Amino acid sequence: MDETLSELGEFIELTLGDKVKSWSVAYGDLALNVSHDQIINVLRFLRDDARCGFVALVDICGVDWPAREKRFDVVYHLLSPVQNLRVRVKVQTDEATPVPSVISIFKGAEWFEREAYDMYGILFTGNPDLRRLLTDYGFDGFPLRKDFPLTGYVEVRYDDTKKRVVYEPVQLTQEFRSFDFLSPWEGTDYVLPGDEKASN
Amino acid sequence: MAEAQVRNFNINFGPQHPAAHGVLRLVLELDGEVVTRVDPHIGLLHRGTEKLIEHKTYLQAVPYFDRLDYVAPMNQEHAYALAVERLLGIEVPKRGQLIRVLYSEIGRLLSHLLNVTTQAMDVGALTPPLWGFEPREELMGFYERGCGARMHAAYVRPGGVHQDLPAQLLEDMWNWCDPFLKTLDDIEGLLTDNRIFKQRNVDIGVVDLDEAWAMGFSGVMVRGSGAKWDLRKSQPYECYDEMEFDIAIGKNGDCYDRYLIRMFEMHQSVRIIKQCLEMLGKETGPVSSTDGKVVPPKRGEMKRSMEALIHHFKLYTEGYKVPEGEIYAAVEAPKGEFGVYLVSDGTNKPYRCKIKAPGFAHLQALDYLCRGHMLADVAAVIGSIDIVFGEIDR
Repeated sequence: MDETLSELGEFIELTLGDKVKSWSVAYGDLALNVSHDQIINVLRFLRDDARCGFVALVDICGVDWPAREKRFDVVYHLLSPVQNLRVRVKVQTDEATPVPSVISIFKGAEWFEREAYDMYGILFTGNPDLRRLLTDYGFDGFPLRKDFPLTGYVEVRYDDTKKRVVYEPVQLTQEFRSFDFLSPWEGTDYVLPGDEKASN
Repeated sequence: MAEAQVRNFNINFGPQHPAAHGVLRLVLELDGEVVTRVDPHIGLLHRGTEKLIEHKTYLQAVPYFDRLDYVAPMNQEHAYALAVERLLGIEVPKRGQLIRVLYSEIGRLLSHLLNVTTQAMDVGALTPPLWGFEPREELMGFYERGCGARMHAAYVRPGGVHQDLPAQLLEDMWNWCDPFLKTLDDIEGLLTDNRIFKQRNVDIGVVDLDEAWAMGFSGVMVRGSGAKWDLRKSQPYECYDEMEFDIAIGKNGDCYDRYLIRMFEMHQSVRIIKQCLEMLGKETGPVSSTDGKVVPPKRGEMKRSMEALIHHFKLYTEGYKVPEGEIYAAVEAPKGEFGVYLVSDGTNKPYRCKIKAPGFAHLQALDYLCRGHMLADVAAVIGSIDIVFGEIDR
């Protein structure tokens, strides 16, 4: 399995040249890194080339890495029913840089891109209907970003006097507790004073 | 003839409509009775599952998967367990694999029974749900006897399954199979050649195969359009490659073909269940990995062994760490390909867990499927694309 994927990866690198920044095979998955202005060309090649045949769109999603300069990954998963293989294509972007929409290649990309916009605020150019999808009407913020709190900012309840649902700032009777269970004696990256002499 | 006054209608379908199969709000634009545009508004059941999973350890994330497609809970857990296991590089013992396959097929029966019968109800037949829900109830009884809960099982866990099945349960499952096939034939007798059912389903919601792939369809939706594609056959996981079963492929890609495929798959599921039960009779051994760093010890063991006690304490506080990397694992859930894209940063919590729900892509295509059809066909199409809002809204 891994050999087939490596061969395919080499083939894609040979044919597309510098459109593909890098590729790797890990845990039985082939992953390509692509710059955001090349995504349409790469996906079109992957779909139309006979040796690839990735005609099926599986998924598009965002991943947030706040520490990075380009904080978002947009991850495309494709499937080739003929070759019986999967591929993952990754694009890096930030809050301001839009990614070209791939609706022209995969019709089903529309909602997936809407979801990525809704959850992360990743912008897509060429998506005709980039509205929020899953969150409430009039929702503010991008909930899956790492800097968005788990509890959110507003809560809703039915107000019996006003006879309607009202939005209020979240009030927790108990602060959200996030336990850090990572044990301190594993994988420390500092050296205790005096320990540097102990090695050797 | 006098010029007729023509008016276009916009109507709201749902979110509280019985044919919407959950909290779906459709904004329909109608020209007379012909649908010109469908705009599904989803997210009314959005619970932020993915965000919650990022704040839980790998084991604590399992129960969230029951609450996605709540008519076939264990199939979802299965996809998640496969993803974590592949990252950790652990093997599930044979008996555990058999139990997983057994319950996956029970999940398939649960989902298809619900879908086929309620689809019949959407187009006007009241008897099939009454007949179909009885075996469904018995199947949920099997869920309960296996893991303690009728729906939210938390049974398939990374490393294997939570506990072994008693012999009596396996025997009861075996005895359940043949009477169920009879019930299935009865339901088939009501629907397959039924004139009204055919009038409502044949040539409705036709999907072309190329379009189906490009729109992200999977499962019954692509098989109905003629794709020879079933993850259980083409990318076998667990011990599906040892099972003997057939897959059905449609010709026309309409609602009726999809109904026929689901009926056929139920027969095949019973076939797989029987094979699993036969093999479970011979196969003894552990039901989950014996790696104490991932799978918690049994309670009895914990009371006697110091090492087991330490493992128990560590696993239920810190959890286990999963090596850095990313993975996409998918299973053939009843509704299509259910996938989990897991990004691990080497800690005890998933960094990102994207849930690829089959229904999400199917519902997206509702506009494509319904355009040009009559208003009443919208209900038939919704029934046949088999949507459940737990997994679409997440």
